[in-house]
Amino acid sequence: MRNTYVPYPVSIKEVRVETEDKQLKSFWLQFLNSEDASAFNYTPGQFAELSISGYGEIPIGIASSPTEGRDLLFTVNKVGSVSSRLHNMKAGDIMGVRGPLGNSYPLKANKGKNIVIVAGGFAVTTLRSTMNWLLHPDNRGDFGEITFIYGARTPGMLLYTQEWTAWQQSGQANVHVTVDREAPGWSGLVGFVPTVTGDVAPKPDNAIALICGPPIMIKFTQPVFDKLGWQSDQIIMSLENRMKCGIGICGRCNVGPEYVCKDGPVFTKTQLDKLPREY
Amino acid sequence: MSQKILAKDKVDAFLQGLCRDQDLFAPVMKDGKVGWGPVATAAEALWEFSNTEMSPKDFFFPQTECMMRFKNVQGDPQGMIMQAEAPLSRPRVLLNIRPCDAKAFQVLDLIFVQDEMTNDLYWRDKREKTALIGLACNDPCPTCFCTTVGSNPHGETGLDVLLVDLGDHFLAKALTEKGEALVKDLPAAAAGDEGQAAELKKAAEAKIKGGVAMDKVNAREVMELYDAPLWDRVMESCLNCGTCTFCCPTCHCFDIQDETQGEAGRRVRNWDYCMSWLFTMHGTGHNPRGTKKDRVRQRFMHKFKYIPVKRGGEIGCVGCGRCVQLCPVNIDVRKVVNDMNA
Repeated sequence: MRNTYVPYPVSIKEVRVETEDKQLKSFWLQFLNSEDASAFNYTPGQFAELSISGYGEIPIGIASSPTEGRDLLFTVNKVGSVSSRLHNMKAGDIMGVRGPLGNSYPLKANKGKNIVIVAGGFAVTTLRSTMNWLLHPDNRGDFGEITFIYGARTPGMLLYTQEWTAWQQSGQANVHVTVDREAPGWSGLVGFVPTVTGDVAPKPDNAIALICGPPIMIKFTQPVFDKLGWQSDQIIMSLENRMKCGIGICGRCNVGPEYVCKDGPVFTKTQLDKLPREY
Repeated sequence: MSQKILAKDKVDAFLQGLCRDQDLFAPVMKDGKVGWGPVATAAEALWEFSNTEMSPKDFFFPQTECMMRFKNVQGDPQGMIMQAEAPLSRPRVLLNIRPCDAKAFQVLDLIFVQDEMTNDLYWRDKREKTALIGLACNDPCPTCFCTTVGSNPHGETGLDVLLVDLGDHFLAKALTEKGEALVKDLPAAAAGDEGQAAELKKAAEAKIKGGVAMDKVNAREVMELYDAPLWDRVMESCLNCGTCTFCCPTCHCFDIQDETQGEAGRRVRNWDYCMSWLFTMHGTGHNPRGTKKDRVRQRFMHKFKYIPVKRGGEIGCVGCGRCVQLCPVNIDVRKVVNDMNA
């Protein structure tokens, strides 16, 4: 029986500064043992505890897709002691990963449907995973239209620019990327995510929407979807709360009876409407 | 399962047998309080007491527990890899545990061990290597309400053996295979013993006066209970001190922290509590349970609504009454639940 508190050892393969404020860095992690890599079977939407001995653990959404191979990608905002330590680590350093944890976006259960993705700021991480998974030749044919709406404050704060540019150019998805204000050198959309969503006006017929972003974005995006005729069970959101164990025991991430770490982080709006807003 | 007799003058011999291959613990008098300690003889253990001040959860879920270790040498990459702490080396017996506390462990089993991923080996190891010999309560105290939350002063749930004090001897009921092995050398019970124990059980049940009603709590939706006005009143007196969580046999929230000293590093878990403001605070400063009301409500909702919803109706309370006795501002869980049920 595996002790699920003990992290798999990994080495940092590559570090990439993601944003102009340098607060977000991406880390590609490589398993030290190939059997651990095989045991780490994940699907888009799941997260893992990044473990740094002597500092602790942080729960971070998995930004890579299993279709990209065995290395894992995490994009981490520098906030507390663990993420600050991680930001000071470099390629070749050893750390740990514990997971995969939580449920995932219900992609396989929604084959044949149109998928609308709405992301704000750095909440885009697990949606990058989702996009890469959806656009993979093994999966693309199982889904209808794919719409990707993503916004950040400034062009320099947008994550994964190379990736979404490629998605845009592939013609496999409708990609709408926006920034809050006009900026030098930016020729793309300007405006907040809810406004852009209203302009794109994704149709609710035979579709689900995956929405992930700061509370303010969700608050103003919701009425846009309501107006377009979307129902609560078509709207899927991913939550985050403070976590320790990550496996539904330690008691801090729960929203009502549901543990974000185990029963979530992905919930439908129908589910969330019946729960306290403790997130 | 067999029913045996443990004569009071044979208890020492029985305990000697238990101690041979196992570590034996029982309620003892410590600094004027009833607590848990190692025993070898009958005289060291308590046989007449209401209950220990703290629950025995520490045996399975220590207040501080080392989960894994690493060598804190940054230049030594292998050293930084976590190694799990070794399992318990010797089996243990907890003697004279009260039925409510044994029931609490069975509730916690449902939380610590759920599936392949939620499978707390630290908890499991200690549970599997520990036998519980319970001592039935013939004289419950005024704060006890076990019978109204699915437990009983003579409850057998979670125990391997139940001892019932029949005056000059104990009836020893084996309840599991583990328990059967513990009492195999004791003589069989006499014809009247079982009937006498049943009488004592009935008398003990009758002594429990107060309690909680759960019918409406069970029937109501989460949000109806969550939005009920009673929390404003409970919140006013609650200090968020956490005493109730500390003494509670089912409170199981924990924190995980890394500790280093020179080259020694370890990852430990410590008891934590939902009354703390830091417990849920995000790195950004946002706090989903940011007010005292949110936190006190969480504790009661967790035990009486969330755990029943998720764990097949099992209540996260066994009615031991410790929190009623120890709360510095006299919050009585029975009144809170009855208000939820009003």
